[in-house]
Amino acid sequence: MITTFRRLSLTVLAGTAALALAAMPGSAQDHPDKVKIGYAVSKTGANAGGAAMTTIPNYKLWLSDLEAKGGLEMPDGTKIPVELIEYDDRSSAEEVVRAVERLAGQDEAHFILPPWGTGFNLAVAPLFDRYGYPQLAVSAVTDKAPDFVKRWPKSFWFLGGGHDYTNALATLLADQVKEGVINSKVAMISVADGFGIDLVTAARPSFKEAGLDVVMDQTYPVGTQDFTTILNEAKASGADTFVAFSYPPGTFALTQQAQVNSFNPKVLYLGVGVGFPPYGANLGEKAEGIMTLGGIDPANESNKAYRERHNEVNGQYPDLWGSVITYASLQMLEEAIKRVGLDREAVSKELSTGTFETVLGETSLQDNQLRDLWLVGQWQNGTLAGVAPADRKGASKVKLPKQPW
Amino acid sequence: MTLTTTLIAGLVLGGTYALVAMGLTLQYGIARIMNLAYGDMIITAAFAAFVVQALPSMNPLTGLAIVVPGGFIFGYLVYVFLLSPLVKRAPDKATLEVDSILTTFGLLFVIQGVLLVLFGSNYTSYTFLNVPVSIFGTTVAANRLIALVLALTIGLMFYALLTRTRWGTALRAVAVSPQSAKLVGINTDRAAAVAFAMGTALAAAGGTVISMYQTFTATGGVVFTMKALIVVIMGGVGNLLGALTAGLVLGIVETTVSTYLDPGLTLAATYTIFLAVLLWRPEGLFGRRV
Amino acid sequence: MMVAFSFTALAAIFAALAAAPFFLGTYGIGFLLGLVGYVTLASAWALFSGPTRYVSLATVAFFGIGAYTVAVLYETLPSWLVLVVAALIGLVVALLVGLSTLRLAGVYFVIFTFGLAELIRQLVTWYEVNITGTLGRYLFVDYGPEVVYWKLLALCAVTLAIGYFIKRSRWGLALKMIGDDEVVAEHCGLPTARVKLALFAASSVIITLVGAIQAPRWTYIEPTIVFNPTISFLTLIMALLGGAGRLWGPVVGAVPLFLLFEWLSANFPDHYSIILGLLFIAIVFVLPNGVLGFFEDHWNRLRARRSAGSNEPSQDKEVG
Repeated sequence: MITTFRRLSLTVLAGTAALALAAMPGSAQDHPDKVKIGYAVSKTGANAGGAAMTTIPNYKLWLSDLEAKGGLEMPDGTKIPVELIEYDDRSSAEEVVRAVERLAGQDEAHFILPPWGTGFNLAVAPLFDRYGYPQLAVSAVTDKAPDFVKRWPKSFWFLGGGHDYTNALATLLADQVKEGVINSKVAMISVADGFGIDLVTAARPSFKEAGLDVVMDQTYPVGTQDFTTILNEAKASGADTFVAFSYPPGTFALTQQAQVNSFNPKVLYLGVGVGFPPYGANLGEKAEGIMTLGGIDPANESNKAYRERHNEVNGQYPDLWGSVITYASLQMLEEAIKRVGLDREAVSKELSTGTFETVLGETSLQDNQLRDLWLVGQWQNGTLAGVAPADRKGASKVKLPKQPW
Repeated sequence: MTLTTTLIAGLVLGGTYALVAMGLTLQYGIARIMNLAYGDMIITAAFAAFVVQALPSMNPLTGLAIVVPGGFIFGYLVYVFLLSPLVKRAPDKATLEVDSILTTFGLLFVIQGVLLVLFGSNYTSYTFLNVPVSIFGTTVAANRLIALVLALTIGLMFYALLTRTRWGTALRAVAVSPQSAKLVGINTDRAAAVAFAMGTALAAAGGTVISMYQTFTATGGVVFTMKALIVVIMGGVGNLLGALTAGLVLGIVETTVSTYLDPGLTLAATYTIFLAVLLWRPEGLFGRRV
Repeated sequence: MMVAFSFTALAAIFAALAAAPFFLGTYGIGFLLGLVGYVTLASAWALFSGPTRYVSLATVAFFGIGAYTVAVLYETLPSWLVLVVAALIGLVVALLVGLSTLRLAGVYFVIFTFGLAELIRQLVTWYEVNITGTLGRYLFVDYGPEVVYWKLLALCAVTLAIGYFIKRSRWGLALKMIGDDEVVAEHCGLPTARVKLALFAASSVIITLVGAIQAPRWTYIEPTIVFNPTISFLTLIMALLGGAGRLWGPVVGAVPLFLLFEWLSANFPDHYSIILGLLFIAIVFVLPNGVLGFFEDHWNRLRARRSAGSNEPSQDKEVG
């Protein structure tokens, strides 16, 4: 709770208060003297790796941006400094639930930012709902988002569902088959955990509908580091397309072992981790052509500026899937507060109906879900370019087949 | 996929397990410390290797020359300051077991916490020697092959040390009976400290090798502790060659299950075999202690 | 007199705890819920591990079984029946495991139980992935945290009562003997194996029920969430800190540790691990017999000095 930010914010607070008093006496009287923003996120334990990549740096960046601006802007132009309250949920569901109870009931935070991960976002959703907090769930991939919005009207789902990603991939692959670039055989593996299973369950019908022929469909346990047998089998299957719904350690291991085994499918699609900046940096030229979920519009300038600032504040570049969207969700929250103030009901409504300018470009939600997503990305010229949906503004053209290593 | 390919892939995978397990078997077998922080020592070495290999004109292999002695010193200090007092005051073996589990569990958190502060909780990896090597027509990665070669070399080297030198005989005497060892003039405390430090040095070697091909995080140590424990128990506590063999066997079992059964069951198979060994041969697959 | 007074005081404490949700906010309830959960886990763990000195890391295996049973059955069966089924499943698994493992001793048992928890988690994962085709299960209930809390509190009371009656019965004596020297106990004609098995089963069923009762808190159940090995470790540490051989030991260990965790994660989110680890080490060095053991030792020594005058301080006679 006691962070440098809090100390800094006090100086900012003093400065702003003095300014406000001098310039517009009385105008800030309805506002609290600081806005409490809280979050509970996995700083330790099994989820820490994901949270440290996608969630925490963006919270830090946003808070440091707010600090630089002098606080959160209210509809009347007053800026209120932010007090940060942070807890470590230690990757435990009971802890994250209790921490959010604490933020809402004890600390009386004005706004609560969501934890990392599908499971944890669902664990805290009933609490956000009961206390009337808008929940900007970003790091949660779920096909049930429309149901959840009905159940918890103030919940917002930013990352789409498994079907969105697999349908887009299936369409893209089917087009390539039609053009004669690849054959219709697909070898597919998935990690036996929430993400992998959701995606592979969605992929089976998607691929079938698109007329693709799944010749290999296997699941491996979390923590698998040796993919030799799996890659050999995929190689022998004769499929031109290799799809792995993998977590970062698996993604890195697959990439390395595919090189060693000279496994050169014409389409190489891997899961979480491909969008991590070290991935592209480590692989260099070899990354070209690898596909995954997410991506960005390489021509979007505000996005480029965001990535640079992310690096300045956190000492690392953001990943090119969840991070960008996490930051965009925070920009939306900031803008919504600027439009309607600290009333959570009104902020939720504004988030639900408003249109916002974010690092994603012009952004608005449909049925509380972000639908304008980059569903397939491909490494092209040193960045992960969004290639599907192909009709979206800023989409790059997919380049296949992928060149051998 | 042919049988030879499966076997070779299994051996290469098992090389890592064996390398990692040999250090733990020294620590538990000779120093009698059940070291729950073992995996975190491996991770620390991986981070150290990550830092060292980025220095000019260094690579992970030359880095071994820094990381392994560093591990030895670290292990020695940990034993002298944290564990030796516990050993001295423990009235019986059971008490020492509980105390050492608790202490090293605390140590696990400390190491993890320091790594988190220093490196954050990000996935860390770098690439080194990720080039194919062909053995009997099977392609394996050079960096993984190094793990196998190192495991075999270190295993046989330490085995020779323990069986062919006076000093090794002293260590074995401590392993078999610390009380009687004292009677014949062996400084048991010193011997245990050296054994523990050697175990940590082996963990450091393992961590360096693993960092060459595997992604690691500050919080990922438990997995290594668990795998190493399984191999140690299967091989027989304190039995270096047992750990080496058990590690290789485990690798082969995992690749076989993955090839012929279902990759989803590799870990389940590991634990089943392990539990079975515990039940039917708690002294390990390979008989007596060193 | 003393006993009657203790019982009245205890009843008053439990009554106050049961009434607490009417006066506390959600965080207060959640806090007590977490606390009572760990007190129950640690007490149940000590039920078996205290007297037998078998250090079990299978806590989360049973905890997870309970949680999963609820997630699978909560829509089809009334909630009390779900708890009964969970308890039965826990019992069956405990008997199977107990029959096959209780002859293992020392660290082998520790490792076996840890492996068991991992094996069950892998099998549940494999089953969900290959048979049902989903991994996460949604668990929507229409009651709040206070109901979960009351159930846990009741279970906690039952657990402590069981511990109390075992200690007072002939079993308690038998257990003390087994803990001191199993071979001697066997020679005296004690059915050591059966006693240990019964205790292991009782302890495991309670742990299963804790998982089953707490599961609705998380809305979403998946193996990584409910088979989180940290639960086993924390339970063990709490019980050992307080002193696993005593009825109130686990309570005395769980309460301060829980408060400490809560305080650390709020005030030192970035250095939580380091401080926690140092504390563990400090506990082993300063309080080797647990908190209660520490105070009893000092109390005994003080009394001995008073009664015996210049005699040597009495040797520590307490066990465990």
